Amino acid sequence: MTITPREYDFLGARRRLEQKPKPAGDKLATLQDAAARVADGAHIAIGGCLFSRTPLALVWAVLRRRPRGLALSRNLMCYEGEWGLVAGAVDKLVTSWMGIGLPWGLSRIMRDYVESGRVAFEEWSHLGLGLRFRAAAMGLPFLPTLTMLGSDLMGVGGSKTITCPYTGETLHAVPALFPDVALIHVHRADRLGNCQIDGYPHMDADIAMAASTVLVSAEEIVPEDDIRRHPDRTVIPGFAVDALVHVPHGCYPHECYGLYDSDPRHFGEYVDAIREGGADGVARYLDRYVYGPAAYGEYLELFGANALSAARQRAQELCR
Amino acid sequence: MTPGVTTNELLAVMGARELRDGQTVFTGVGAPMLATALAQRRHAPRLTMVVEGGIVGPEWRPGWLPISTNEIRAAYHAQMLPAITDIFLMAQRGFLDVGFIGGAQIDRFGNLNTSAIGGYERPKVRLPGSGGANDIISLCTEVIVLTAHEPRRFVDRVDFITSPGHLAGGDSRRRSGLLFGGVSRIVTTLAIFGFEPGSRRMTLRAVHRGTTVEQIRDLTPIDVLVPEHVAVTPAPADDELAVLRALDPERQFLG
Repeated sequence: MTITPREYDFLGARRRLEQKPKPAGDKLATLQDAAARVADGAHIAIGGCLFSRTPLALVWAVLRRRPRGLALSRNLMCYEGEWGLVAGAVDKLVTSWMGIGLPWGLSRIMRDYVESGRVAFEEWSHLGLGLRFRAAAMGLPFLPTLTMLGSDLMGVGGSKTITCPYTGETLHAVPALFPDVALIHVHRADRLGNCQIDGYPHMDADIAMAASTVLVSAEEIVPEDDIRRHPDRTVIPGFAVDALVHVPHGCYPHECYGLYDSDPRHFGEYVDAIREGGADGVARYLDRYVYGPAAYGEYLELFGANALSAARQRAQELCR
Repeated sequence: MTPGVTTNELLAVMGARELRDGQTVFTGVGAPMLATALAQRRHAPRLTMVVEGGIVGPEWRPGWLPISTNEIRAAYHAQMLPAITDIFLMAQRGFLDVGFIGGAQIDRFGNLNTSAIGGYERPKVRLPGSGGANDIISLCTEVIVLTAHEPRRFVDRVDFITSPGHLAGGDSRRRSGLLFGGVSRIVTTLAIFGFEPGSRRMTLRAVHRGTTVEQIRDLTPIDVLVPEHVAVTPAPADDELAVLRALDPERQFLG
């Protein structure tokens, strides 16, 4: 059993929100300032899904501060989880699946760390973890569901069942997950932090409502009137956002729907480095891509302008 | 195996034949995606595809098939892009007729393991995990498993039940709280298996052309019921293969 009472303490989570100022004021910050809000030992929920709309710029900024003792939760965990492990920043991973995707095989880093007992790996079904965030977004300690019943996944986190008070049937009471911090990347926001997302929304709105501190990066900062013209498109209200950073290509080389495709060739190079050097391959990658660049713009330059413009072209062609 | 036909071509053809027009299908990447797209283009034009990443009704573009269930290729020409939690809740509500999944380990009651080989805490091989497989097998009305027929995949009892088939057989799935659904078919590169109605034990239903029942016994090292009459599936037809090859002209997924 690996869930902790703090994760589903709905009253404690509510009090943290009640005590937090929620001004409709300017949320703009630098990546550095946003990342400084992440304390050692924090539980961080990461938005997006696998290599789609991953808030890589925020993850990048957090890891550069050399944090310790973090827990990371994400529905499908991509290589940002491997970065956290090799950087020595992460003690616990909460996910339903970890890897990059079929063509790249099993995550060798995850295997090494889990098989040698160096990280707590808490596995849920995809919906199970989604409902943990949803329960928290609703301010509740759990939600009833049918999923995961009968499977050995019930024992991993420490799931409990309840008897339905109306029908008498057995239901899985999925415990809420109130993260300390949410990292989210969106297409556009105004300076007050009202956020809009294009394409699939993943679990980001639930994660934003569930977390105590919400850090957002946006491809574009737009005038407040632009948001007010299409308020139906706003999925995260400004009052939920603590810091907002303007970061074009803030997911790259992961994809951002409608704007740029992922760079599968880069994933291949990343995995090749692990095949050759194991964790050292990731450590060298972190030196070159995460710790080395003086600013996020320099990180992007490492991919080259051609790769970025090709990724933009593919997205234009595929998101019509 | 059928000569001149790859593993994924065979699984796609046999998987597609299990689908009927008008169904809603929860599909994934690899063989499931090929099977669903083939059925839709051939005999099931009113089938709706649903994809884990929060995608309803895409029409995948030939040559640009998805690598992942959560990316722009998977969402091409979609009708709706709901949140991931909400797409699974559609299955919990009962909107998804069929789900497709794979599995590293399968047992005689159709339970699947994609989590860990050896002990769970300190496994010999840590696998990627459930993803949406547990949700699909728990919540869709019918589930079809697509897998290469490799003897090591078949075990009497999976090391870890990531995705519950018929659990310990009989009514044990129902007693766990899963009141509907369950695995109905296991489609492999050699045969098609079902489950005996009462005991829920794995039962051979058909072999693919060129495979004998004896071969199935040899290559399936678990207790499988073999009825007196076992059907033989027709070999993949030229028009089925042509649809697949048009979908994936560079054979990125067909192999």
